[in-house]
Amino acid sequence: MKEENREKGYDFHEASRTETMTINMGPSHPATHGTVKFFLTLDGETIEDIDVEIGYLHRAFEKECEAQKWNGVFPYTDRLDYTASVLNNVGYAMAAEKLIGIEVPERCQYLRTMISEMARMSGHYTNVGAGALELGALTAFIYFIEARELLWDLIESVCGARLTHNYVRIGGLTNDLPDGFRENVKRVFAKNRKLWDDFDIMLTKNRIFLDRMRDTGGISQKDAIAWGFTGPCLRATGVPYDVRRAQPYLVYDRMNFDIPVGTTGDNFDRYLVRMEEIKQSMSIVEQCLAQMPEGPINVDDARWRMPSKDDSSTRMEPLIFHFKQVIEGPSIPVGEAYQAVEGANGELGYYLVSNGGGKPWKCRVRPPSFALTSALPLLVKGSLLADLIPTFDMINLIGGECDR
Amino acid sequence: MEMNEEKRRGQGASDSEVLARTKAVLGPMGVMIHTHSQHGDDTLVAHAEDVLKVMEFLRDDKSLKFDMMMDLTVVDYLGAEEVHPYLKPMNARFEVVYHLYSVEKNHRIRVKVPLPEDSPYVDSVTGIWVGADWFEREAWDLYGVMFRGHPNLKRILLYEDFVGHPLRKDYGKMKRQPLIGPVN
Repeated sequence: MKEENREKGYDFHEASRTETMTINMGPSHPATHGTVKFFLTLDGETIEDIDVEIGYLHRAFEKECEAQKWNGVFPYTDRLDYTASVLNNVGYAMAAEKLIGIEVPERCQYLRTMISEMARMSGHYTNVGAGALELGALTAFIYFIEARELLWDLIESVCGARLTHNYVRIGGLTNDLPDGFRENVKRVFAKNRKLWDDFDIMLTKNRIFLDRMRDTGGISQKDAIAWGFTGPCLRATGVPYDVRRAQPYLVYDRMNFDIPVGTTGDNFDRYLVRMEEIKQSMSIVEQCLAQMPEGPINVDDARWRMPSKDDSSTRMEPLIFHFKQVIEGPSIPVGEAYQAVEGANGELGYYLVSNGGGKPWKCRVRPPSFALTSALPLLVKGSLLADLIPTFDMINLIGGECDR
Repeated sequence: MEMNEEKRRGQGASDSEVLARTKAVLGPMGVMIHTHSQHGDDTLVAHAEDVLKVMEFLRDDKSLKFDMMMDLTVVDYLGAEEVHPYLKPMNARFEVVYHLYSVEKNHRIRVKVPLPEDSPYVDSVTGIWVGADWFEREAWDLYGVMFRGHPNLKRILLYEDFVGHPLRKDYGKMKRQPLIGPVN
């Protein structure tokens, strides 16, 4: 038999080659956070081809928004990137304010910046923690979930909700900071820093974690730009694009913070960028609290910001505006505007069109993880099936945001 | 603190560098319909048949270098054509909206392409920015705008058996589709 094979030029590798196999992974797979289906063509353990099927969390975001008054859109934006929901509120409010042409008071800008950074921390905690979990590091996950819970306690004390905050309004905010907030931030951040350090010790130099993360899911700078990468995934390739720095909004131009960048664009760099951003966000929150002036949090114009409950139940004029706001919605001038903010995953842009009615004619959100997920085939083709898990983790598809 | 009407509508003020350069080159080519800088967003409205020419120029021009297609979406102006003065004369119902960004130059531009209801076709820009792939599929899925030359123009957020394009203004919000079982 052996002799015969040799004569025929028998190639052992060729003969032991398996046929390609096509399998469905998902839509509800224990090793992916997010509802998504991969249609994989495998050669052994190597991914030959992959088709990504999204849309499982599609809930007609834009259609719903077009049916709401301008202020009624906020709860829907909360559910986009639900791990960092205030960021979505802020982006939408700023786009609407751009369309009106008003600027919110200074204290409101500081509060928005502060709460945005808390949301970013929450988004990164979830992403990095869940990423670690899916690579088997359950303990690390629990550490960051604790950090996130403490952070959510803080956010809850401000706006009354833990996950979907619905804190921002066009022309202002729902309410100011509660008593004792600064002391609570101090206490929670001290604990968060301790948890961050523990997490860092457990993972960053962990051999198993490194082997799974390093040199997997990489992308070049040129490709990343062509595919519309933004946020930590773009910065991991070394491009220092961050909306907060490139086109500063709110009070980011007064904040002192670093923009961490990677060098290789692989999963490990994405992890490192996010870890550093958590620290930078903590510093921004502290700077906001230190610099924040006293003053109003809402614009003093009842056409855009609903009068307070006290006013509208005791005086006639505010009551009229209250009625107008609820029944007709604010009549935002005809026009179009695009406003980008730095979301937890990258550039979160709102493109609003008004026809002068009380409802948005068009409320488009540019979802960063949609662009990132579209490049997934490029990132994983030719790699092992196991590499799909860390790559998909670090891409951070958030179903609510990607599928809308 | 409100801006005056002229500034808000983006007229009267002098053009930004991006818009000045764009106008200087594309103006003589006859591909532009309209430009404005409403709220500081530089906007160029171009003819659908010239979209590839316009986009290639915007990407390759040394002083513009729009290397990233940030967003692509469609707006259905059915019943609100008065929002933009050029829509009615062109008999246009849809507008494909591209938001471009230059990482190197740190500037943005919005390019819009009006399309009539009876032939909502435009050339795909996937050959210029690969990232446009899913965005164009989404636009097809939700608005029924066709992108010529797209490698794989199929539904993305909705399922294959879905009938119609739900973000069109004449698609009722409460309209229901039959339930379907698993496909594969």
